[in-house]
Amino acid sequence: MSDTIRLEYEVPGDDFTRAGEASSDVKRLLKKLGVAPGAVRRVAIALYEGEINLAIHGGGGQIVVEVSPEEVSMVLSDQGPGIPNIELAMQEGWSTAPDSVRNLGFGAGMGLPNMKRNADEMTIESEVGVGTTVRMTVRVA
Amino acid sequence: MTVKEVADRLGFTLLAGEESYEREVESVYCCDLLSFVMGRAPADSAWVTVMGNVNAMAVSTLADTACIVLAEGAALDAQAKEKADQNGIAVLGSRQPVYETARAIDRLIGG
Repeated sequence: MSDTIRLEYEVPGDDFTRAGEASSDVKRLLKKLGVAPGAVRRVAIALYEGEINLAIHGGGGQIVVEVSPEEVSMVLSDQGPGIPNIELAMQEGWSTAPDSVRNLGFGAGMGLPNMKRNADEMTIESEVGVGTTVRMTVRVA
Repeated sequence: MTVKEVADRLGFTLLAGEESYEREVESVYCCDLLSFVMGRAPADSAWVTVMGNVNAMAVSTLADTACIVLAEGAALDAQAKEKADQNGIAVLGSRQPVYETARAIDRLIGG
């Protein structure tokens, strides 16, 4: 029997009322499993930022979360426009979000930097016109 | 001091999330940009903002703030109230501006 729990979510594009469902669900599970509160918070923040990015920039996407006794791994993929300059996108304050999104309180250019800060490992693969995949790992043991 | 005690002492309105009215408030945090809040709001803080939408409720849950305090009489929209009640997110209302609201809470909890 495997000790790994696998969860999959579909995030709709531009639906900011539903963004947050995956991170809330994973947070509940980790609390139930007795994971340390600090690690739960880091997973929740990193995943929520990722969900919002999928909704704002990716036109929606897919999330796969695997929870093992040692770590939580998260893979977020979209088939959106891609990121032309990842280095720029990683800078705090750099944002391409439209005003409609800023009015909701997002689009401050903090998403990817927040994800990097909260994950122990993070990689981004992106191709313009094809899509973006972000992989993050948070160690919980 | 609990969320409810803060509300009672400062004359804030209890708007939603009764389940969490007994949570302890340890500090105060002010910001309206949700990504800043996600990254920087301390757990167990009273988060003072004017954002009363459903996304603010999600951010409060994930950052694990003790409560949200809507300053300036900012409205809690219906969808946000529903989410707050469902998830036990305490939301208070203040007629005062953000700074005065935060300062009053900080003084009260001895921050």
